Amino acid sequence: MKTLRSHIGLLLALGSVLALAVWPLITGKAITREEAFTILRAVALASSLNILLGYTGYVSFGHIVFFGLGGYVGFFLISQQGWSIWTAMAVGGLASGVLAFLLGKAILRLRGAYFALATIGVNEAVRAFINNFDLFGGPVGMTLNFQVYQDYGGPARALQMSFYVMAGITFLVVAVSYLVKTSKFGLGLLAIREDEDAAEVAGVVAPSAKTWAYVLSAVFPGIIGTLFFFKNGNVEPGPAFPLHLSIEMIVMLMLGGQGTVLGPIFGAAAYQRLRGELLTSAVFKNIQLSVAGAVLLVIVLFVPAGLIGWLRGRYPRLRRVLQ
Amino acid sequence: MGNLLVASIIDGLLLGFVYGIAAMGLTLIWGVMDVINLSHGPIIALGMFAVYLLFSSFGLNPYLGLLVAAALGLLLGVIIYWIAVHRVIDAPHLSSLLATFAVNMIIIGIGTAIFGTAPRNVEFSLGSVALGPVTLLGTRVVAAFLAIAATLALYAFLYRTRAGKYIRAVANNRAAAELVGIPSSRILALSFGLGTMLAALSGALIASFFPFTILAGGRYELKSFVIGVLGGLGNPVGALFGGLILGLLEGVIPAFMETTWVPVVEFVLFVLILLVRPSGLLGAKE
Repeated sequence: MKTLRSHIGLLLALGSVLALAVWPLITGKAITREEAFTILRAVALASSLNILLGYTGYVSFGHIVFFGLGGYVGFFLISQQGWSIWTAMAVGGLASGVLAFLLGKAILRLRGAYFALATIGVNEAVRAFINNFDLFGGPVGMTLNFQVYQDYGGPARALQMSFYVMAGITFLVVAVSYLVKTSKFGLGLLAIREDEDAAEVAGVVAPSAKTWAYVLSAVFPGIIGTLFFFKNGNVEPGPAFPLHLSIEMIVMLMLGGQGTVLGPIFGAAAYQRLRGELLTSAVFKNIQLSVAGAVLLVIVLFVPAGLIGWLRGRYPRLRRVLQ
Repeated sequence: MGNLLVASIIDGLLLGFVYGIAAMGLTLIWGVMDVINLSHGPIIALGMFAVYLLFSSFGLNPYLGLLVAAALGLLLGVIIYWIAVHRVIDAPHLSSLLATFAVNMIIIGIGTAIFGTAPRNVEFSLGSVALGPVTLLGTRVVAAFLAIAATLALYAFLYRTRAGKYIRAVANNRAAAELVGIPSSRILALSFGLGTMLAALSGALIASFFPFTILAGGRYELKSFVIGVLGGLGNPVGALFGGLILGLLEGVIPAFMETTWVPVVEFVLFVLILLVRPSGLLGAKE
């Protein structure tokens, strides 16, 4: 009972993900499943970014590069080499992790805005490179032969399976995010966020801690990318490296509260719902981007800690529950 | 081949001056207040639209429209500063990055709703100039000269006027500037406005020779990042220098490989410079 209580924060977070996964079962509609898929993808991406941005304090503006690169590598293996989705997802995640490891050693030396600029540069460089890389189809990208879906019981079943796999990945990301936060490694990351020099003096090996946080936050987007483009059936340079999705991930974090486990879940779900509402509303349909921008501005200016952060600050008793 | 390369290099250099003043706007804001203005691109696009609308509705000469665009850019910058930047000026970088990005989203959203995304074009031509075997577009030559003139004017302003000296003082040490009685918030607002004015000006110049949409500014914003880092963030002369390097690359690279490789080279160079020499080739602000 005591252990259950001490991990109530984790249970709440995982419960929220579970609720998202079960939601389409209750309504039984394919459209709900698609919506839930989008939200789960957003939750998983935002939570993985949170490991770097929220815990370590390094603002990665081009984090979507890992989604795109992992997606490309995985998709290439499925469509051109005939690999199964499972091994392709693993290799896609691995590819992103390796890129993050190599990059991390170099660009994590930069601090503040310089790091943010470097990540934008990396995203654009990789996108421009893939655009010219003939093995990956260059500017037209690659398409999946629909026969591939037969291995998974036909297109309809494959779609359904993708949804549950997505839910599983999200579950895993949230669990990892919690474990990192409560571990000694995570404590080191939080120390780096507060004051990197002081953290080093206190014995945190900052370069390696930052790099591993970066790798961890890159592996999951790679896996998700593979799954997403497998479900999509094609991959192109434009949709694979959308800089605006990178920034939307940050918006979700800010909305929910960066540095908390629960924040990205609520932030991502709320942002996606808001976007959906705006896109379908008659009044705001054309200026949904502006409304989203205004919401972001209000949060940044007045509630920089995000919803969960604000609640934690306002009601200290909730801190044990709202991790 | 030789002539073609020379023509392409000169063309690239002329463009480089225009890229240079876009980057100068970005780097000025960074130099004075350590804010990366992520609404730079949309403001470049607004500069383009200002010239376009004045030209197509009132037949106003684009070079007169330019002045209107610059004035509007200044005004818009001051407004953006007071609404979005002032509160987060001392907050961590993430806050100002996101606040200016929010402004970016707001402008793009409204702009897309009003103008759509079909490409526009200012139907204006100054003919072309023949320099021996090389033929240059008149509008580009004028744009390069205007870009140089804008740079000189900026320097005259920063070094010869009281407000300009205030800006340099605030950039140097804000607390000390306040102690000697400089109204630092107003100076920051002015600096931000000058930065966006340069962005609008570069957009207005680009509109005189390239077709554009409301989203077109994004490309030049990314170029401004590259240029700013090349020349040293916070260093306006460095920005012009970086602009020339970028223009030169865009002129030379297509002679050796396909044009689509240009952005690969640009961004790889960008990341490398950040890693090896984050203060830029000419050094960042002193």
